[in-house]
Amino acid sequence: MSESISRRTFLKSGIVAAGTLAAGETAARAAGAPARDQHLATLIDITRCIGCGECVAACREANGHKFPNPKKPFPRMYPDRVKVSDWSDKQDVDDRLTPYNWLFIQEVTVTHGGEEFDLTIPRRCMHCTNPPCVKLCPWGASRQYQNGISRIDTDMCLGGSKCKAVCPWDIPQRQTGDGLYLDLLPSLAGNGIMNKCDRCYDRVATGGQPACIEACPEEVQTIGPRPEIVALARERAREINGYVYGEHENGGTNTLYVSPVPFETLNAAIEKGPGRPHLGPAADRMAEANNIGAALLIAPLAGAATALGRFFKAARKAGSGEHPSADT
Amino acid sequence: MTTPTASRTAGGLMPAPIRAAYMTLLLFMALSGFGQMPIFKRYYIADIPGLGWLAQFYVTHFIHYAGAALLLAVAAYYLTRYLVAERTRRRLSLYGAIQGVMMATIVATGVLRVIKNYEGYYLSSGLIIFLDILHLAAVMGFLLVGAWGLASRKRWTRIR
Repeated sequence: MSESISRRTFLKSGIVAAGTLAAGETAARAAGAPARDQHLATLIDITRCIGCGECVAACREANGHKFPNPKKPFPRMYPDRVKVSDWSDKQDVDDRLTPYNWLFIQEVTVTHGGEEFDLTIPRRCMHCTNPPCVKLCPWGASRQYQNGISRIDTDMCLGGSKCKAVCPWDIPQRQTGDGLYLDLLPSLAGNGIMNKCDRCYDRVATGGQPACIEACPEEVQTIGPRPEIVALARERAREINGYVYGEHENGGTNTLYVSPVPFETLNAAIEKGPGRPHLGPAADRMAEANNIGAALLIAPLAGAATALGRFFKAARKAGSGEHPSADT
Repeated sequence: MTTPTASRTAGGLMPAPIRAAYMTLLLFMALSGFGQMPIFKRYYIADIPGLGWLAQFYVTHFIHYAGAALLLAVAAYYLTRYLVAERTRRRLSLYGAIQGVMMATIVATGVLRVIKNYEGYYLSSGLIIFLDILHLAAVMGFLLVGAWGLASRKRWTRIR
């Protein structure tokens, strides 16, 4: 236990450095260090989790003031296929993600290597290093902080739900009847506000810890600078002949799970569905477009070069007495 | 000495086949661009056979990037050609000036949004929303003025 306390203390000091705007960030970036090295990441060691649910309760208590306050009756939305998402009468539901429940415990029993494992897995937003929910929101309601935390600003969110669609784990959850859309065209555009774990960004900004980590009696979670958490996760996985999930998924996340059982096995066994994210592979879909970003630099140069080439060719022809061709 | 250009392009720099391809590109840019907002599924457009891709966000995102590269190549080609070879015999029309400013705004805001999509760029909500609105407004302006220009046979340049 003393080893983990000293590790926690060390990493806690790392939180203060990484949780606030890092003054050295610019220098580090200039030196070529990847941006994600400045991110805060969390290790979730599911071998330690006993499923007590203290983290779930702490999250609700700490973030309850951020929960939706829908006004009923909801404005009628057009066309009819637009679904109302109403959890306001089901705020106590805590066995899945909802707009009022940003963290839940996924329970699973599996057999691996002849041994049976009863595992409980705290699930929430993975806080991707390049979060599609932030980068692809067409409005700008979602933002990412320099410490890697991603957060949906529910004052700006229109409830379009694209963030949920582009999230590999379908994390954001919608509550109809609250938010900016009510002041715009509530019948035709928008559908409420989206909610998800925001890593207690406000606590972290003042050097505190996310509520779920503070509340955990078993020290399941460790938070700190990403490079250290990645190293810790790999070390822990080695110790238990286990596996890591979240380091590379979706191009990299800031939530690293360590399990004694392969995640493919866990994924096959857990109950998946709305509000119950998978533990399967997640390709880096932001990279699909980002990888052709270079084409956006080369293309105008190619276009300009082609035009210049035509011009000089025509000028040479004119110089040699031929009439320059003016066709394309 | 007048060149065959004027008669072949009915006043503009682009010959008809290139102009048709350019209009098609603009159509795909508009569709994939508007498809960034969750409207096509809501309004049944993506239910039309062959248009399901309009509701696939990563697909429209990629198409928008690929189309932007083509558009930048075309824009750079004609801008360079105009500046280097055509300015003695052509001048920018008022229509061209308006569309040029719109297109420049679309490109500038678009480039900033592409940069934002890489890891490590943390724009405030206010800035993202500003760029979104400016990009959308410039696109709407470009399309509306363009529709009028198409109907009244306007071109970006005219023979002096």
